Formats: sequence, structure tokens, C-alpha cells
Amino acid sequence: MSERVGVYICHCGSNIAGMVDVAQVAEWAKENLEGVVVSRDYKFMCSSLGQELIEEDIRKEGLTRVVVGACSPHLHEKTFRRACANAGLNPYLMQMASLREQISWVSEDKAAATEKSKLAIAAAVKRVQLHEELEASRVPVNPTTLVVGGGIAGIQAALELAEGGHQVYLVEREPSIGGHMAQFDKTFPTLDCSACILTPRMSDVEVAENITLLSYAEVEDVSGFIGNFQVRVRKKARYVKEELCTGCGICEEKCPKKVVDEIFEAGLGYRKAIYRPFPQAVPKYPVIDRENCIYFERGTCKACEKFCPTNAIDFEQQDSFLDLEVGNVILATGFDLFDCTKIPQYGYGRLANVFTNLEFERMCNASGPTEGKIVLRDGVTEPKSVAIVHCVGSRDKRFNPYCSAVCCMAALKFGHLVMEKTDAEVYSFYIDMRPNFKDYEEFYDRLLEEGMHFVRGRVAEITDAARQPGEEGKLIVQVEDTLIGQQRRVPVDMVILMGAMEPRADATEVALKFGISCSMAGWFTERHPKLDPVATMTEGIYIAGVCQGPKDIPASVSQGAAAAARVKSLITTGSVEIEPIVATIHEEFCSGCRICNDLCPFNAIDFDDEKEVSVVNEALCKGCGTCVAACPAGAITGAHFSNEQIYAEIEGLLLDVISGNGSGRVREPELAEA
Amino acid sequence: MEEKTFEPRIIAFLCNWCSYRAADLAGTARIKYPPNVRMIRVMCSGRVDPTFILKALAMGADGVMIAGCHPGECHYLEQNYKAMRRYAMLRHTLRQFGVEDERVRLQWASAAEGAQLAEAIREMVEQIRQLGPLQWPTYWSENGRREEALKSIEREHEEAMEVPA
Repeated sequence: MSERVGVYICHCGSNIAGMVDVAQVAEWAKENLEGVVVSRDYKFMCSSLGQELIEEDIRKEGLTRVVVGACSPHLHEKTFRRACANAGLNPYLMQMASLREQISWVSEDKAAATEKSKLAIAAAVKRVQLHEELEASRVPVNPTTLVVGGGIAGIQAALELAEGGHQVYLVEREPSIGGHMAQFDKTFPTLDCSACILTPRMSDVEVAENITLLSYAEVEDVSGFIGNFQVRVRKKARYVKEELCTGCGICEEKCPKKVVDEIFEAGLGYRKAIYRPFPQAVPKYPVIDRENCIYFERGTCKACEKFCPTNAIDFEQQDSFLDLEVGNVILATGFDLFDCTKIPQYGYGRLANVFTNLEFERMCNASGPTEGKIVLRDGVTEPKSVAIVHCVGSRDKRFNPYCSAVCCMAALKFGHLVMEKTDAEVYSFYIDMRPNFKDYEEFYDRLLEEGMHFVRGRVAEITDAARQPGEEGKLIVQVEDTLIGQQRRVPVDMVILMGAMEPRADATEVALKFGISCSMAGWFTERHPKLDPVATMTEGIYIAGVCQGPKDIPASVSQGAAAAARVKSLITTGSVEIEPIVATIHEEFCSGCRICNDLCPFNAIDFDDEKEVSVVNEALCKGCGTCVAACPAGAITGAHFSNEQIYAEIEGLLLDVISGNGSGRVREPELAEA
Repeated sequence: MEEKTFEPRIIAFLCNWCSYRAADLAGTARIKYPPNVRMIRVMCSGRVDPTFILKALAMGADGVMIAGCHPGECHYLEQNYKAMRRYAMLRHTLRQFGVEDERVRLQWASAAEGAQLAEAIREMVEQIRQLGPLQWPTYWSENGRREEALKSIEREHEEAMEVPA
């Protein structure tokens, strides 16, 4: 072969050089691998000096291929591609070997690591010589953005974009935006009233000219790619004509049917069959709950219709579909709360005075079912003692191994509210106290001073079976106090379970719809856990808020803004580069069997009826290569991952067998070629 | 002569989105695993043509691992299911060749499962160490009857195609 290959082995400080004899690998490559004309090792290849080294060699030595043995290509592939491009070499003529993540960091034997490195370099050298010049293409970016989820993260993202003058569609599943934050009473650690800071943002959304709010709607289907998504939204029938409704609320007043509000009031309060979740709802239009409406049940009633001053009620309304074209998508779909009945020993659902954190939020809320009074389930008795149980369904291998992040602070807030509104003693049963952001530790100190009792230990059981004097009629919290090393039984009137945040029940379905992935727990996976927390592996799809992992309000807001900023930069650039890793069908070999047509999940392969061959639509192809592997005629090539390139890589990785060193095995020449 | 422990050579195909990142994570978390596995990045486990596996074995690998995203988590929506189906068919074929099931392994590893991938590698290396070398290249090249075998296939084929008078 006539290619001139340059090999660069990075020390990465001591990260690679500490386990791999880098100088030996470099030397070995030059002596043993065909085509290698330059082979060097250097302290930090990714530094500007390291990059200049490559650039200089390309110019002076006339390199036509470059191999960099360094970290994972996910980290620095772009860096080295850019270096090649700077020196006038097509960036796709560079190949990286992951010596750090796959070898030095995971090995314990220096000699073995060095040998493995040589093979990895051999594979890259063999492969890179078969690389072809590729050109990334650019596609325009539609400046309209879709935001899914109208909680605080989604609201923030939508407002940021709208304020920048861009069109936004905000899709919300519930009748009103606001999300969980609208249900809360106070926010920690400042004890700001949640509604007071949220509702102005909600009305900003309502009045923003650039935001099209689609509430009581869900995304049905997504297709397309970055810059050019087609989204189908189902607008569920409200049975209220939005263009006529003034939001006066007479229908709600007159509706004779009372329903337990399981969603907004967490089952503590009631709403009507035609309702807005809360008075400040945005949009202001109510929704008829078909399941519970007397008219839909029995065919008579229509009280709302009779009293509506603008004739906005429409019982015949059907679900409608909207087809949107957007350039980017921000997912801010939030969380579900852990189902506390899954831990029967805590008695939720069985013992009346065991409450969940969300129930307590509603109870504390002045506009909630008890008008802000902290009372037992009977609705009148004020508790004399309250237990707050941390980590219910979180930090628990049986349910969720992760820390739910906000419960410690919420528990402190609850403690403060109970002591402010009642004379009750408050006990917090915690495993570790984690007040870990700005002013949080200070809030913890404040609660210690206010006299909240802290017991370190996971609660074993909550029971109403009295065993000792003073326990009659109480709920007894059985716990091992790990700081004094003793079992304790703490009798209280009320228990609040700090249920964990969980991924939405349909998170995996949503992820699949948008072509992104979920972690094992079910949170959406970000592109990089440290450096790219709001982007996903799918270009053009961003995530913000708790759908990415448990976090508090400020963090959700930051992510909403961050995602919007990412989208804005794409809109400003106006176009986006698409990786040229796509499949191509060679017409002359294609038999027209159409096997590939059905394999492609992106419908990127069409059948040309005239020529009777299949054709790849490059804009839709994502380059997975499944069709390449499946074509019985071998008529499809996958750019940058061709059969020949992969065979060359296998050959390089098995060079020790093929060249017969160490194994005594002989190479069968015909087999190794091809 | 001293007995050296057999060090199997394993080729692993890792999908770009989950498993390759799992390998990255295993590295970042400094999880140690045996150096016997040599890795190749493909965009998707669906890209793994059964030929790749046969080719690797024929070139001298003692085992092959195919690693992809968990079912339902594929970056390309559902292509790992295709890998799964191909794997099932290939295993069937390999069994007829006398290749033990443990030598070709399909492993799901999400980007968060560095530890699980490392554990799977450890297990596979140990299993193949028990099985011993596969030695396809040696067997095929040294019996010297390859030509003859190929001719006999041709002959049998012709016989089968003959139309009885």
C-alpha cells in the first residue's frame, strides 16, 4: 500500500504512560507495521503543541493517514480530526485507538498492556489505510422549537427562546402548565411562596406571542432529524371551545359532580367534573373529565352548557391532530412520585395519618384542601408530634438505588412549616443529611436551632400497635438510632413519608419516540454526564429538569435555560453539520429484494420502482449499518465502517496470531486476506 | 517444560452508543479486567455481520463478544433486536461446526454499565480459558486436505443437481 501513515502515541501524563510502555509501542509500530513512516510518543497529544506536531508532520512528511493512540474517540476524535483538517488532510483519514479507557486504566500488568496497545495500534493502522475521504454535509435548521412538558424547566426553556424572538410550541399533557412546582407551598431554603414565583412565569408563557401553548396534548409521533423534525401532536378533546371560553369559571361552579382530585390535590381534595386544576391555571380554559361527567355517563345534565355565557361547551368535540415542523426538541417531562404503598411496613394507605410528601405539600398550601392548616386525616385535629421519614423508595436497593436529591431539604422545609403553624414536636429520621447547595447547610443549621429533632437511622416500621405506656392511639416509629446504637420507638400523631422522585411511568416509551436512551433507572441519558448534561446522543433533542435525574428547582431552571441556549446557538448558526456516516447502495449489485427496506427503522430506504433497486435517503440515514450487515448481495456499503475496514481491524487485533509470534499458530494466508 | 496458562484472544464488537461508552466508563472508573479482549467499535450491534464473527474466529480469535444497548434502548430504536436474531441463527450454525456456545457471546451493556461489562468480560475470559484454544487457522491449514474437501463439495453438488434419466 502506498499510504504514508503517522502514528502518535499519547502519554496522557502518566495515565497511559504509567501502564503502557509508550516509547516501545511507538517504535514497534514504525518497525513492524506496513505504511508507517512517522511514529512518535508525546506527553499530551490533545494539547495545542501535540496537535501542532501532527499538523507539522502532515505538511513536512506528506502523511496521508493519521493514527492517534490516546483516549476514547468520544473525547478527542473531534480534536484530532480538526488538527488533520487544519493541515489540509481530510478529517476522516484519522483513526483513534483507545489506549487509555480500554487498556491503561483497566489493566494491571504492564507487559500485557503494552502488547495489547501494540495490537490496538496495528488495527488502527491497518484500518486507516482503507479510509476514504468523506465530507460532512450541512442542513438548514428550522428556527422553531418544540418544548415537551410545561413544568418549571419547560417553562424556562420556552421563555428563554421566546424572549430571543424564536417560535416555540409548548406541549403539556395536563390541562394546565406549572408541573409539580404549582402544587408546592413554599420553596426551600428561602421559603418563598412557590405559586408567587411560578405563576408570573406561567402568565408570561400565556401572553408571549412567540409561544404556542398546546395544553392537554401529547406528542404522538416524531420523525426527521436535527434541524428538521416532523412532530404529530394529539390535542385531547377538552369539550370546551378555546376560542369562545373566557375562563370565567361559572361552569365549574355549576357542575354538580364532585370528584377526588388524584393529580393536583394528590387525592386530598376535590374538583368538579369540568375543572381547571387550580385557579391560576394557564391556559385558563377548563376541561371536561369524560370519565366522571354526568352527561357522558347518563346522557343528561349539561349544566355547564346551560350556564356558559359564551356557549363555549362542545360535547361533540373530538381529539385533533396537529402536524408541526420544528428544528429542535427540548424534553422536560419531569417525574412521578414513588408509590409509597409499595413499602407496606410504613403503612401508607392503611394507617390514616401516614401522608406522602406531596399530600403534605398540598395540605400546607393556603389554597389547598385544608386551606393551609396542618391537620390529621380527620380534617380537624392538629398533630402534637410529627415524624418525617427520609429516603422512602430511594437509596434502597429494593426500589431505587439513587438519592432523590431534594428530600432532605424538603424535609427540613416541612419541619419548619409544622413548627411555624403548630406546636408539634418534629422528628426527622434520616440516613445522611444532604443539604448540599448554596444556603442549604445554613437552612439545616436553622432547623437545628429551631428545635427539630434528628434521629439518624432508616425507619424499620410504622405501626399503630401500642406496646408501651404513652403509645396508645399513636403511630409508633420503630427505628435504630445509629448514633446512640439503640432501638427506639417514637410515638407520633402524624407521619410524612418523603417518597422518591421516579422517572415517569412512560419514560422509556417517550425516549423511544424521540430516539434517545434511558439509564437503567429510567432517567433520560445525557450526552456527557459532566460536560454535556442537557444534550442527548440524538442531535437536536435536548433534556432539561428532573427527566434527566432528580434535582431541585434551581437546577431544573438552569437546565431549562441551558437547553434553550444550546438550541439558540443552532438557530443562530442556521445550519448544522451532519456526519457523513451513511449507507450507500450500489445499484449494479442490488437485486431489488427489499430486505433492507423493512430493516431500516428510520424509513431511510426507498424502493425505486423504475430501476427496481433500493435507494438510501442520506438525510434520513443515521448510519447504524444494519442494512449493510443484512444485504445478501453485499450491495450496501457503510461509510467509515465498511466490511473491509472492519476486517482490517480484526486482522490488526489478531496480528499476534497471524504473524505467529507466541502462539505457534500458523497463518492461513487466504483466510486472512479478503 | 513449564505449563503456561492459556490466554484466550477475544474480539469484541461494541456499539458506539451504549457498550463502547460502557467500556469508556469501565476505564474512567478504573475497573480492572483481563487484557484478553480486543475491542472494535461499530455504530450499532445491528452492524455486526455474522461474517465478522466467522472471520475473527477464522483469523485466530478464541471467542467473540457482541455488545449492544439493552433491548428497547437502542440508539437506532430497534436494531439490537436484529443483532439478537442474527446471533441466535449464528449460534445454531456454530453449534454444527462444533463451536461451543460460550465462545460467541451477546452482551447487553448500557452506557452506565461499565462494571457489568467488565464482569462479563472476566466471566467470558474464564469460560474460554476452560474451553481451551479454538485453533481454527491451525486446523484448517495443516490438514492439507482443503483442496480435496472443496472438490468433493463441488462433486456432491453436481451429483445432486443431476436429473435422473
